[in-house]
Amino acid sequence: MYKYDEYDQQMVDTRVAEFRDQVRRRVAGDLTEDQFKPLRLQNGLYLQLHAYMLRVAVPYGTLNGTQMHLLGDIADKYDRGYGHFTTRQNIQYNWIKLEETPDILAELAKVEMHAIQTSGNCIRNISSDQFAGAAADEIVDPRPYAELLRQWSSFHPEFLVLPRKFKIAVIASEKDRAAMRLHDIGIKMVKNDAGEIGAQFYAGGGMGRTPMIAPLIREFVPLDQLITYSEACLRVYNRYGRRDNKYKARIKILVHELGRDEYVRQVEEEFAHLQTLAIEPPLAELERIKAHFVDPAFETGLSDDLDLTDPDFRLWVERNTTAHKQPGYIIATVSLKPVGGIPGDASADQIRLMAKLGTQYSFDELRVTHAQNIVFPHVKKADLYTVWKALDEAGLGTANLDTVGDIIACPGLDYCSLANARSIPVAQKISERFGSAQKQAEIGELKLKISGCINACGHHHAGHIGILGVDKKGLENYQLLFGGSEGADTSLAKIIGPGFTEDGVVDAIEKATEVYLANKQGEERFLDTYRRIGMDPFKEAIYG
Amino acid sequence: MVDVQFRFRDDEAVNDPAVTVDAFSEQSNATAVRIEPGEDARALLPYLDRLALVEVNFPAWTDGRGYSAARILREAGYTGEVRGVGDLVIDMLHHMRRCGFDAFAPDKALNPTDAKNAFERWDNVYQATVVDGRQAIWAKRHPA
Ligand code: SF4
Repeated sequence: MYKYDEYDQQMVDTRVAEFRDQVRRRVAGDLTEDQFKPLRLQNGLYLQLHAYMLRVAVPYGTLNGTQMHLLGDIADKYDRGYGHFTTRQNIQYNWIKLEETPDILAELAKVEMHAIQTSGNCIRNISSDQFAGAAADEIVDPRPYAELLRQWSSFHPEFLVLPRKFKIAVIASEKDRAAMRLHDIGIKMVKNDAGEIGAQFYAGGGMGRTPMIAPLIREFVPLDQLITYSEACLRVYNRYGRRDNKYKARIKILVHELGRDEYVRQVEEEFAHLQTLAIEPPLAELERIKAHFVDPAFETGLSDDLDLTDPDFRLWVERNTTAHKQPGYIIATVSLKPVGGIPGDASADQIRLMAKLGTQYSFDELRVTHAQNIVFPHVKKADLYTVWKALDEAGLGTANLDTVGDIIACPGLDYCSLANARSIPVAQKISERFGSAQKQAEIGELKLKISGCINACGHHHAGHIGILGVDKKGLENYQLLFGGSEGADTSLAKIIGPGFTEDGVVDAIEKATEVYLANKQGEERFLDTYRRIGMDPFKEAIYG
Repeated sequence: MVDVQFRFRDDEAVNDPAVTVDAFSEQSNATAVRIEPGEDARALLPYLDRLALVEVNFPAWTDGRGYSAARILREAGYTGEVRGVGDLVIDMLHHMRRCGFDAFAPDKALNPTDAKNAFERWDNVYQATVVDGRQAIWAKRHPA
């Protein structure tokens, strides 16, 4: 994985010094809270309902064991012993003191980490496929391109105060594991007819109150124009994105209001102009970055056999592992969704244990997924049982990946000042209702996502089942949506009818799964059956 | 008129009042113009040789259009003064320099020590904006 050179290190160190200075000016009263707010946000520091929250960047979700270990130590030292992994492949701490943040950032900088641009109206941490570099189906490893973009977007002087936040995802396989088309810019690395690698650009996707799937804006951007083209996309947005209404300020609204073709025309014009300036790093820079992402020293000639006599292990292997490109290896996902738990939370000890296992059994690499789980990308099959045993003893052996128990939930009213309703207790109740492994196996893949308000941080539009917390005359109420997907077959979920109470929504989901099981044909997933039979049978069972 | 607090030019400061973009296109003898956030800096490109000062107004520093405006003027070869005016903050000064601003007239004077630190804070930069004359980190990594 990527290692900082002296320049990268100097950049994060300088940022720590700058932020320390900002905090000093705030505490001294030279900055008002209004003035300080946009500055602290650019450093991932939010003011929540009860305390400050610090969001630490995990660029494209990749971490080494030392970094992961420190994340555990920070949870102990500065939080209440927990960290919360997010849908942007980052980690958040919910109980932070303002005065301590410069020290936290300084500790992070020592292991090549930071909180730069993890919030605010700027280009955010770039996300990617959590299986990058290990997946059997990728054309190339997408992370070198994400790293090139990370450096370009860090402190870009022209794009620090955009109309609104800006999220970029980079993938390189047909199977989309990063919800690429639900990003402000989605980039898919592709091979053209001449066999050259390039980038396909999508723009104007997003969730929030007006969910949109990004249209294709360019089939192929050659690798030596990647930055120049990105800069053109951003400049058009910075100049013409709406600033009169924050709910209409995302690039999806600009693309929608101008129309895709007009946006493309303006970008191409700007692109032609920017190509006359020398702003593109040489290909040698991309090669330098790529050298950091070469395969680890895989052993060859390993057996692909797994001893599955332990039934619990077998269940976990079936549910939580994915094929690796290298024979004898496997990708293992650790579910942070134990029955009744808080989705994405891990204790300091659990974080350190995963760090240790990652170092020992996965070539010192771990990944954070946008479904709020942790991945060991390169585990030798012969070691898998040992790894699972250690996880299971620490409460991390839950076998529920992509099932109804693997819920994505935003922090909701327990932490978030914008929330209409709580998300976490609903997630906990659903996870308990469907707690039995047998029931989960029967229902199979069912992606359930919960947001505590229409800002959609829990991605409810993209859930096979989505839950949206709303405020109904001062009471928490939950709307139910069906039919969303974030895979290569991206679609947006639709509201099925009137809302429910907290318990009502759990009952409704149970009824929906019964309708699915009664109508399921062959290997159909919940989503497939829903797409085939439509909403009516579900509505009838739920409201009938 | 608000005072220029920081200036990175050796020439004589222009003291002509800056006119609006609309007025400027009708007034062939004006040498100073002020751009508001919603205005297109490219409308000035035909007149660059008679301009000595462009003021870019920031009613709020969080409206980032002015940063693009300055850079566009510089990219087109404009060498006169580009002055940021309005709600300027210490923490953006360095980035404004990188977009091509070379004079700063904040509504409220900024703490000079903090400002000096901010201008000098970043020894290196990740991007080539071209208009600031700085070498990007990638260029230093791969000397030609
Ligand atoms: S969806 Fe709403 S409640 Fe949930 S985290 Fe986002 S803003 Fe807060």
